[in-house]
Amino acid sequence: MTRRYFGWGSANFVVFVAAMFPVFWILMLSLKDPTTLGDGRLWPAKFSWENYKGIFQQSVFTDALRNSIFIALIATFIAVILASAAAYAIARLDFPGKTAILTAALAIAMFPPISIVGPLYNMWRNLGLFDTWLGLIIPYMTFTLPLAIYTLSAFFREIPWDLEQAAAVDGATPFQAFTKVIAPLAAPGVFTTAILVFIFAWNDFVFAVSLTSTPHAQTVPAAISQFPGASQFQQPTGSIAAASMVVTVPIVIMVLLFQRRIVAGLTAGAVKG
Amino acid sequence: MSDVAVEAPARRERKVLTERARAERKLAWTLCAPAAIVMIAVTAYPIAYAIYLSLLRADLRFPSERTWVGLTNYITVLSAKLWWLDLGHTALITVVSVALELVLGMLLALVMHRAIFGRGLIRTSALIPYGIVTVVAAFAWRFAWSSAEGGFVPKVLGFGFDPTATTEGFWNYVVVILTEVWKTTPFMALLLLAGLTLVPEELLEAAKVDGATAWQRFWRITVPLIKPAILVALLFRTLDAFRIFDSVFIISNGNNPNIESVSVLGYNELLNRLNLGVGSAISVLIFLCVALIAFLFVKGFGTSLSQQRGE
Repeated sequence: MTRRYFGWGSANFVVFVAAMFPVFWILMLSLKDPTTLGDGRLWPAKFSWENYKGIFQQSVFTDALRNSIFIALIATFIAVILASAAAYAIARLDFPGKTAILTAALAIAMFPPISIVGPLYNMWRNLGLFDTWLGLIIPYMTFTLPLAIYTLSAFFREIPWDLEQAAAVDGATPFQAFTKVIAPLAAPGVFTTAILVFIFAWNDFVFAVSLTSTPHAQTVPAAISQFPGASQFQQPTGSIAAASMVVTVPIVIMVLLFQRRIVAGLTAGAVKG
Repeated sequence: MSDVAVEAPARRERKVLTERARAERKLAWTLCAPAAIVMIAVTAYPIAYAIYLSLLRADLRFPSERTWVGLTNYITVLSAKLWWLDLGHTALITVVSVALELVLGMLLALVMHRAIFGRGLIRTSALIPYGIVTVVAAFAWRFAWSSAEGGFVPKVLGFGFDPTATTEGFWNYVVVILTEVWKTTPFMALLLLAGLTLVPEELLEAAKVDGATAWQRFWRITVPLIKPAILVALLFRTLDAFRIFDSVFIISNGNNPNIESVSVLGYNELLNRLNLGVGSAISVLIFLCVALIAFLFVKGFGTSLSQQRGE
């Protein structure tokens, strides 16, 4: 028994270190004093907050952070609403074209974003959507709809919809039946889907780097890929590391709080979609 | 629905819809319409537009010289060595990373599934690479391996050269593939875990009683039963890896011909050289490659895939 515990303990340890080490390294790098950035040490010789102070004084970063947060939240909100409506129909109603919608969603899940970057770039410039929030929100919600529809319809199929009728028999109005019975049952699935959609939008780089050009709409991944050094002779390593940690914090918090849900969401969509 | 079936089963077969079924269809279409319209408008229309642009001489630096050139752009791309080189790089990165991910992802899935303690810790730590911004992951690995940017890896391994320098083709691949594997193994593992949870425990117990070793139980029971999950995971990861852009772009700092992927080639042609015609031809070719990979998977393993989807 002790040997088994030891075996699993080491397996857990290996997974933990493999998963966390690169994050730990970039954290240490971000905490290095700017003069020691290039020393090749894992553990900083001198700890400092200089890199963090630096990026928060640059509007390039603070603007990008603002854009990232709002664009990801708005895209998530719209995608989840549209996907909930479609998933409800797919899970509960009988209609021709259901397979067509699921097939289209699957096709888009496999679609290479780079294939439409050129046309979108051209269209957005003509429509005045280039370098705007909306110009990024539209592709983000499109590319997250398939995942959202699959995950939500898997969750919706599990809801005991008979409860709605039971509530009606007990004298609830349709509105009450929905808000008091169905909505609380559907909420976990909707919430899980929202997390997955948010992670996608927060993560994207292809669209961000192609469809924006200024701090007006540039998101953090695009902004840090173009960080200039403080001077011509200085590399922006420290700023990039600090900015990287800042955008990683929300992800770490979400993972810590909702680990169970994220795992359930990803596996539900895969098996039952 | 039940009253419909009782009252008029014969009618339904003749496709005469009851009032209720018609209302249900209408509601369903209304609910699906917004999502369907958005998906089509933002993917089907642009890809059609890309096909149209790929047949033009469309260079944004010379907007007035827009003329119909037929398949000339495709000939330009397909007869250029660069396209084939980049296709080779992309294929190499895809095959090696997906193969490594399958092995490591299976191990991780087994650990997640079987661990007798610390399951929450394992799942949480595995989700960090999944959730982290790809650009951040790529910077983390690039900085760690780059001697010029203060990386500790070359120092620890005692390298006299910089593994991220463009002269070190082999090591460039190592960095890109490690980044890709680190970032996406958890996703592979979660898809496999979904399959593992469906394997009946009694079956494994029975085999154990009959004297099957752990190795035999894995290969003779678990693997055949989760084959559909393995195929879905492979399909998704292969298509995803083939589109690789973020990590190559960051690790190569925008231009390292050793590891340039087809997506980066398309990006450079479209947004740096502003050549919409040739760029769109590349975009369409990438789209066709992805469609071909998906088609081969579905054709080769179609039954297993639809089994997985519960059809």
